[in-house]
Amino acid sequence: MLIYADNAATTAVSKKAVEAMLPYFTQQYGNASSIHTAGQMANKAMQEARADISNILGCEPKELIFTSGGSESDNQAIVSAALLGAKKGKKHIISSKIEHHAVLHVLDKLKKEGYDITLLDVSPEGIVSAADVEAAIREDTALVTIMFANNEIGTLQPIAEIGEICKKHGVIFHTDAVQAVGHVPINVKEMNIDMLSFSAHKFHGPKGIGGLYVRKGIRLSPLIEGGAQERGLRAGTENVAAIVGMAAALKEQVENMDKNAEKLKKMRDRLMDSVLAAVPRSRVNGDRQKRLPGNVSFCFEGIEGESLLLMLDSMGICGSSGSACTSGSLDPSHVLLAIGLPHEIAHGSLRLTFSEYNTEEEIDYIINAVPKVVSRLRDMSPMWERIVKEDK
Amino acid sequence: MLYSEKVMDHFMNPRNVGKIDDADGVGEVGNAKCGDIMKIYLKVEDDIITDVKFNTFGCASAIATSSIATEMIKGKPISEALKLTNKAVVEALDGLPPVKIHCSVLAEEAVKAAVADYYKKQGKELDEEFFSCSGCCSACEHGEEHTH
Repeated sequence: MLIYADNAATTAVSKKAVEAMLPYFTQQYGNASSIHTAGQMANKAMQEARADISNILGCEPKELIFTSGGSESDNQAIVSAALLGAKKGKKHIISSKIEHHAVLHVLDKLKKEGYDITLLDVSPEGIVSAADVEAAIREDTALVTIMFANNEIGTLQPIAEIGEICKKHGVIFHTDAVQAVGHVPINVKEMNIDMLSFSAHKFHGPKGIGGLYVRKGIRLSPLIEGGAQERGLRAGTENVAAIVGMAAALKEQVENMDKNAEKLKKMRDRLMDSVLAAVPRSRVNGDRQKRLPGNVSFCFEGIEGESLLLMLDSMGICGSSGSACTSGSLDPSHVLLAIGLPHEIAHGSLRLTFSEYNTEEEIDYIINAVPKVVSRLRDMSPMWERIVKEDK
Repeated sequence: MLYSEKVMDHFMNPRNVGKIDDADGVGEVGNAKCGDIMKIYLKVEDDIITDVKFNTFGCASAIATSSIATEMIKGKPISEALKLTNKAVVEALDGLPPVKIHCSVLAEEAVKAAVADYYKKQGKELDEEFFSCSGCCSACEHGEEHTH
């Protein structure tokens, strides 16, 4: 048995997406920039994909460029807005403490280059306050960048509210929507979003492809120089097969969004309730309601996340953790620390993220397995021994 | 795979897990903030370690290094246990990823802390050479100031 519960890391490519892609490897393999028939067929497929995705996001096809994925889109959006700001003497950027590293590390770099960065705190439920965003806006604010949904704890941010505030103050608003596109309703115009990053492999599309929506009137700077692809904003031969696959996956995902969300929320809530009831000294991270339909994030006191992951893996369950040992650094997840968890509790985190391909039977299996693994590790944990002693 | 088969074996089937209620020496190193604590219990007769148990809070390599360290000192004279190095622990596990080397240091220090406790209980002098602080964890009394 193999239960894949790490859909926030990546997803299976849908059958429809695979079928849509296949002709573009061996039959319609032309270079979309070539003027001959083969090239123009590829170009047509790419433009159809662009129209489909734009339609779903609520923007014009001209406002969408294809990139290699979420990280590239985040980098390009932030760097472009920073350069535009600097031209007007604006070198202040507002973001939050729970952003993905594809945002935070770009901001670190900009800070070294003389930009002033404000990273907003979040509530203990993992939500950025729109009022805090407004209070942080200054005369010299060039950009607000707040993620749509958090990748670790799944919390949904008040994007429409922040969009309205940014519009009112004339500040560019970018959102890293990598975890949200295809999972929750998004309309960039209605939500006053100026720039939005997304990645296909988070919604059953292929890896290595994504996109960046940029509102008309905001000038992007290319990260990759070369040919004139994507109107000179992103050089490199277009990955037509992946672009077509991304559009097919997103269309399918959006058509089934309500149905999938309903199914996932039911599984998510049952898993959270059952594990909390079965495991003492456990908690759910992030707001219980304002979260992605498929995201479950736990912390178990007295144990460490990597051991938990590997033991669950040995039972056929693929999850993820924000412990120091799994992050490759010495500190546990910055997101768990930002919601106010002490290091010792943040070390014992477990993230399980689901897609509509998961089943209720799999949830049953996980509900049965997690408490067993937690107690096995607690039985050999001197920290758990201490916690039990202190309780007495 | 991130870990060697040996590490996975000692993690999934750890040897000598448990506690000894009437231990002759107990050593605890690491701290919760850093994400690993190792506690080693010794039973000593005529300077021979007749029994050893461990409890560990930490990642798979912390559990595996504790497990193999207890195996390496069980039935050995105290003097030999003191010579256990983190390098020997790493070798016995067929290697550890670079970011996990500190776990092997912790295992070495946990053994030494347990022996130090045994010496203290016996009223014996500690040989400074074996109990120098590597500064890697909070094993010694310097405590928090040089935790990672």
